[in-house]
Amino acid sequence: MSEKKYAAKITVGMASCGIAAGAREVFNTLKAAVKELPLALDFSGCMGMCYNEPLMEMTMSDGSRYLYCQVTPDKAKEIVNKYMESGKPVSEWLAYAEDRDTADKSFLVQQQRILLKNCGIINPESLQSYLAVDGYAAIKKALRMHPEQVIREIIDSGLRGRGGGGFPTGTKWALARKTLSQDKYLICNADEGDPGAFMDRSVLESNPHALLEGMLIGGYAIGAQQGYVYIRAEYPLAIKRLSLAIAQAREEGYLGRNILGHGFDFDINIREGAGAFVCGEETALIMSIEGKRGMPRIRPPYPAESGLWGEATSINNVETLANVPWIMLNGVASFNQYGTEKSKGTKVFALAGNIARGGLIEVPMGMTINQIVFDIGGGLASGKALKAVQTGGPSGGCIPAKLADTPIDYESLKKIGAIMGSGGLLIMDDTTCMVDVAKFFLNFTQEESCGKCTFCRVGTRRMLEILERITQGEGKEGDLELLEELGQSIIAGSLCGLGQSAPNPVLTTIKYFREEYEAHIYHKLCPAKKCKALIRMEVVEERCKGCGRCSKECPTDAISGEKKQPFTIEQEKCIRCGLCVSACKSNAILIYPGARGEEYNG
Amino acid sequence: MKDDSRKTTLDPSTRSIIDKIVQENNLNKGAGITILQQVQASLGYVSPPMIRRISKLTGITASALYSIATFYAQFRLEPIGKHLVQVCHGTACHLAGAEKITETITMETGAAEGHTSPDGKFTVEKVACLGCCSLGPVMTINETTHIRLTPEAARKLAKSKKKGCKCEKSSHADQQPGVTPDE
Repeated sequence: MSEKKYAAKITVGMASCGIAAGAREVFNTLKAAVKELPLALDFSGCMGMCYNEPLMEMTMSDGSRYLYCQVTPDKAKEIVNKYMESGKPVSEWLAYAEDRDTADKSFLVQQQRILLKNCGIINPESLQSYLAVDGYAAIKKALRMHPEQVIREIIDSGLRGRGGGGFPTGTKWALARKTLSQDKYLICNADEGDPGAFMDRSVLESNPHALLEGMLIGGYAIGAQQGYVYIRAEYPLAIKRLSLAIAQAREEGYLGRNILGHGFDFDINIREGAGAFVCGEETALIMSIEGKRGMPRIRPPYPAESGLWGEATSINNVETLANVPWIMLNGVASFNQYGTEKSKGTKVFALAGNIARGGLIEVPMGMTINQIVFDIGGGLASGKALKAVQTGGPSGGCIPAKLADTPIDYESLKKIGAIMGSGGLLIMDDTTCMVDVAKFFLNFTQEESCGKCTFCRVGTRRMLEILERITQGEGKEGDLELLEELGQSIIAGSLCGLGQSAPNPVLTTIKYFREEYEAHIYHKLCPAKKCKALIRMEVVEERCKGCGRCSKECPTDAISGEKKQPFTIEQEKCIRCGLCVSACKSNAILIYPGARGEEYNG
Repeated sequence: MKDDSRKTTLDPSTRSIIDKIVQENNLNKGAGITILQQVQASLGYVSPPMIRRISKLTGITASALYSIATFYAQFRLEPIGKHLVQVCHGTACHLAGAEKITETITMETGAAEGHTSPDGKFTVEKVACLGCCSLGPVMTINETTHIRLTPEAARKLAKSKKKGCKCEKSSHADQQPGVTPDE
């Protein structure tokens, strides 16, 4: 590249979320627009502010940064043109700038970025870009140390497994190192199957070399020569960028034989998952890499003793491994200054659901749910009150708003029946039916159960049947007790984490939202107005303008009427799909929690 | 064996695609899943004759290959329609109304969930999570992602695909995801 002098550099966030929001069009427009201008153009991964995508950042020659949100091709052109005219950054559409107060500033300033530090900053498809932010300096440092010393550093840092289990990473490595084994393997679990969590995808798409470097350090520490990344096939862009990073690393001698002249051999291959949630469980994942059905097996022996092909294996999550280079470079003390006594460092959360600012955030462990939802997330998108927060995906629990002062760390969450999981935080308001949410998760785990354990295979199905009955208005006395009993048995009788955690969403919702279950069972009401078999839709005559939009949308021809006259819904034909409600512009269709149009005063 | 006659159902080009994929992967230990994935990526699905061919070339028993193909959600044993519609049913999308999107799409295309429409144009699938949780409800049509959907928007998209009209070209990210902006 020629040494052209640039007045400013523009970066467009192009992770798959950004692309879906239209970042590619923005990029292509800018590419044409800056051709003759002294402006450099590049792209990066996910900047974390998903609610504001597409995002574009302008970095001035003095290093000051201006982040623009919800950029369209036209806005992008305007930002460039105005900047070229005035020589100053445009103040419209600014999401963040150090020197200005913006509405979105509080989203960023309360975060503590270790893992995401370079996500949205560097170009994920360029090795040079990673090297420019001290990339591969940590492995250089590690290679000058004894592997035992490297493990000691990780133990001292207090880093725990970010996949959800929370097992101390250094201890896991020490176990794998100790095992006498012909070959050793380091596996990165990038199967991120938790619906609602996308931090691993973001790291893979935004900073893939950091993961490779973490794996190199781990491989060196345990004495492995081969690494695998087991990654979801549903993440095509992540796979593409990771493959590219592996090829670049091989080319430059960071992977392969005699790495950096230290006599250390290590290579990494990708294995694509094939859509089985249970493969997030380590022994099932190993089976899958071996080319078999991903079914968990009894532990011990743990993979550290007998894993892939029967050899010593360490399995770590993406986030865990991507934290390692930072710890090696910045030292144990700087990492464990963040967090709580037993949960050190920071954690990345995926904020989604009914939240004003959904996206990826990184905060010190121990921040409370309220702080995350309101101070960073900007409260609920609907403006309504917080009802519950679901953590840890299908393995986690629903935390009611009254417990939202709970600090987020492994132990505190466990105490209230939830878990950290991979870090998905789903925010819910009172339009969410907790019975429906429990049914949703159970339906998921029931489908994803590998079928090996009877309790998990049959038990989850029985629980689901009961929940379906309840939401159908056919719940009966004793159902809740039966659900609780079944839940406890499934937890006790299952081999792996999937079964052991599958009842959690049901048990926590019964614990914290029992009255909502009772409304379904005893009063045949769905307070959140979600369960189709229970609710009723009616046209409010005074509000109906007689436009007929609703009847056009209705798939069962249940709505009829004369133009400019109030329409009516024929209840026998109505399937309560709600398409009329979203079609009606005058808010004239009301939903009642019960089939006879009852109000709910629970 | 009676079964032999059915081997001829593989046309030469299909056969050579399979042979090439097996050749490239067969040296890797435990390559069964990878081979099935690549065959499906090239041919759209894995049929019984394809499985028999893979089995013959790799030495992995056909029953072992079937056990993989039926265990993992990704594999399809039947051909897919011209447009593959995947509606995300992750938690965030569920809360945002994914059910309505699927209902609208199945009604509009005539494809039952998990199946292909009678005219062969659409296959509609529910998927666990596409990782765009802040932008739900989300669905992909042939790997192009559409975000913040409403039932109306979903219906419009399906209609445009049905007609094959020009408006589908103007939707976001018409190229495959995973392609650098320069491509």
